[in-house]
Parts: sequence; structure tokens; C-alpha cells
Amino acid sequence: MSKVSEDIALNTGSDTNSAKVKAATVWLDGCSGCHMSFLDMDERIVELLEKIDLLYSPLVDHKEFPDMVDVTLVEGAVSSHEDLEKIRKVRAHTKILVSLGDCAITANVPSMRNPFGVEAIMKHAYIDTAVTKDVIPNEVVPELFEYSRPVHNFVKVDLFLQGCPPPADAIHFLLTELLEGRMPDLTKVSRLGK
Amino acid sequence: MVTTGKKVKTFIIDGKDVSGTEDQTVIEVCRENNIEIPTLCHLEGLAEVGACRLCLVEIKGSNKLLPACVTKVHEGMEVITASEGLKKYRIKILELFFSERNHICSVCVSNGICELQNLAQRLGMTHVHYPYLFPKFDVDASHERFVLDNNRCILCTRCVRVCDEIEGAHTWDIMGRGIESMVITDLNKPWGESESCTSCGKCVAVCPTGALVEKYKNAVDKSFMYKKDKLKFLPYLTTMREVKNEQS
Repeated sequence: MSKVSEDIALNTGSDTNSAKVKAATVWLDGCSGCHMSFLDMDERIVELLEKIDLLYSPLVDHKEFPDMVDVTLVEGAVSSHEDLEKIRKVRAHTKILVSLGDCAITANVPSMRNPFGVEAIMKHAYIDTAVTKDVIPNEVVPELFEYSRPVHNFVKVDLFLQGCPPPADAIHFLLTELLEGRMPDLTKVSRLGK
Repeated sequence: MVTTGKKVKTFIIDGKDVSGTEDQTVIEVCRENNIEIPTLCHLEGLAEVGACRLCLVEIKGSNKLLPACVTKVHEGMEVITASEGLKKYRIKILELFFSERNHICSVCVSNGICELQNLAQRLGMTHVHYPYLFPKFDVDASHERFVLDNNRCILCTRCVRVCDEIEGAHTWDIMGRGIESMVITDLNKPWGESESCTSCGKCVAVCPTGALVEKYKNAVDKSFMYKKDKLKFLPYLTTMREVKNEQS
């Protein structure tokens, strides 16, 4: 385990009375399973929230990503311009960006469409198997990229927590290690497809 | 170690004095001395091909890395099996495997018992630096009992070798070149129409990933094949027998 370099060190240490660590979670092209696993920490979340402020997340009500957070967990692959804009903004306002789960790390299930091409997949979803109206939407839902790709293909990612979803214990380990000011070795606590 | 009529060579692996007979490979001597070298294509009882490159080692005096599975031992050689450089190369090789095909662990029948997946965790692969290629390979489910999914194949050729060398059927072969290579049955006929296949299942038993699996079943945990007490002779045949016993 290596020490976090000073420029990205979290607000901990002797100065514990200072503001809580600012955290966020975002959800790109994924199933929300990683967020469910996050909630599976059960009562340990209460303990964590004594040290962490969750400023932005599908689990809380803030609509705008804050100016600067210490750590952001990102679930899901990058599959559209909407995802890309979101993750670029998140990266610009985050000290430690963590790819949470296989979709963020490998594009996982969202990437299963990749070999077939967008056109074929849209036709299959909105025309061949349509039960109400057979129209391919061109508003409201964002246009898909040719490929779903992992987050680190677009922005720098500092840590990778594998798993589909990563076990709650692994997410807890990740956060407690970061709070202690350490960059944890996450390959010991989870793996691809776990 | 059987030494009858064979010359014994003494040499050094990771600073440890070891010996082996002249016809032995570096990986064999490593295994005898409990020195772990990762590999995906080597399997005791089958011919060596040096396909996966994970067993690359450093040998003093050589300016290239050599695969331990096809490198014969010689007197006085100094082998290094786990330098920082080698560890990095091995992770890069794993990343290339993952980027070349569509390895989606979470939906794979071999999830949890896959040798590629297990190695990725054991060697500490955090993510794949190379861009994924997302190639399109069809799945051949024409065989009554087995499925071939080239999306999950790493071209280790264990199936090709076990079918040829042990079963004697030579149903499997490799078609194409480079990144487009794929394993095929007969002359690229659907597996179900193969005339040479005896449906023995040895190929499925030796596949390190989920490329060859049995239908309607969870994949069989083959890790016991590599445990010392089981590793007598042709471990995959033991596997087949144990699987059969489980079923009956």
C-alpha cells in the first residue's frame, strides 16, 4: 500500500476537526447494481457519513456537481455524448476518481452490443421487439456512440474496483482506506465478474 | 526426477541451486521446486507450444525473454522468474488477451473458475490499458452437448493438442492468421456436423476459459487438476472420470 501523494491526499490526519471529506457518486451506462452494493454496506454507511459528505449522487438530491470533491465513485461505461460530458465534468471537479465496477472498468454488459453495431441494436430494441409503437427515438434519449467504452479511455482514473457489482465489503474497504490516507490495492478484495 | 541414462544439469533459478535432466524444460524444474510461473497454454501430458507467453523468464546472458515451457535446461544457466519487469510484461500480456476478444466475466459460464480471470486477479491486473477491439465472432452451439464461443478463446490450443495427441481425432485446428485466428472443427464445419469428433469432451475439460463449455451446466471447477496430489498423469482424463462419477 502506498501513501497518497500530497496533491490528492484526503482531508484527514491530525486535522480531524476540519470539514468532512467531500464525496460523490455518478451513474453512467450501468444497471445501478454498484450503487445497490454501496447501499449494502448497511449500517456502516452511517459510520462513514460521519466522516464523509455525500454531495452529489443518484442517492441524494443535489442537481449540480459541486465545485470540487475529494473522491468520486463512477459506475457504468461511457456509451454516449451525455456520458462523456458528464464524466469530463466530474473529472475536472474531482481529486480521486474511482472506477466502480466492471462496466466502468471494462464496459462489461453495455459492451455486449459493440460487435453488432448501433443500427442493428436500435432496430432490434425499438422495431423488431416493439410492443407499442415501432419508432427509433431521436429525442430525449442520447444518441449512442459506436462502442461502449471504459471510463479510463476518456479521462484519467486513479483507482479501479472490479466486480459486478463490487462486494459491499470491498467498497467499504476502499472508502475506509482512502479516509486513512492510503491508496489501497483493490485486486486483493475483488476481481472481474465477482 | 528420473535420471536413467540422462545427463543431469545443475543451474540456478531465482538464486536457488536446482538440478534437472537435460531433456527437461525450465517450467518443469520450476514446478518440481515449487517455483510458481503463470501459464495458460502449458498442460502436463500435452506437447508444448509456447503460445500464451505468460511463462517468459529472464536468462542471464540472453538479451531476450524466453518462454520457460519450451526452453530446455542447460548447465550453469541463471534463470529469473519474477523480476519487476517480468511482472509488468505478464500483466500486459493478460491485458492483450482481454482486449483482443469479448471477455465479459460477469455473464460467462466460467465466471469464478476461469484461469484467465483468476490470473488477472492473482497478477494484479487493475484494468486494461489497450483499447478493446470488440470483434464479432459467432457462437457454435450446433453440437449436441458442447458449445464453442470464440469470443472467449485465447488461442492456447490446448483443445487442438488434446484432441490430436490424446483422443487421436484431430477434430480441432486453427484457421486464419494473427488476430483473426480461430479454433475450428473439421474444415470449419459446424461442430455438430463434424465427422471426426467423438464427443469425448476432452477439449472442454482442458479449456482454460469459457470458450468451450458443456451445455445446460455450470462449468466444472478444474482447479483441482493443478493440485499436486492429483497431478499424476493426464490430469484432464482424471477430470473427465470425476465429472462422470459425479453425474452417475
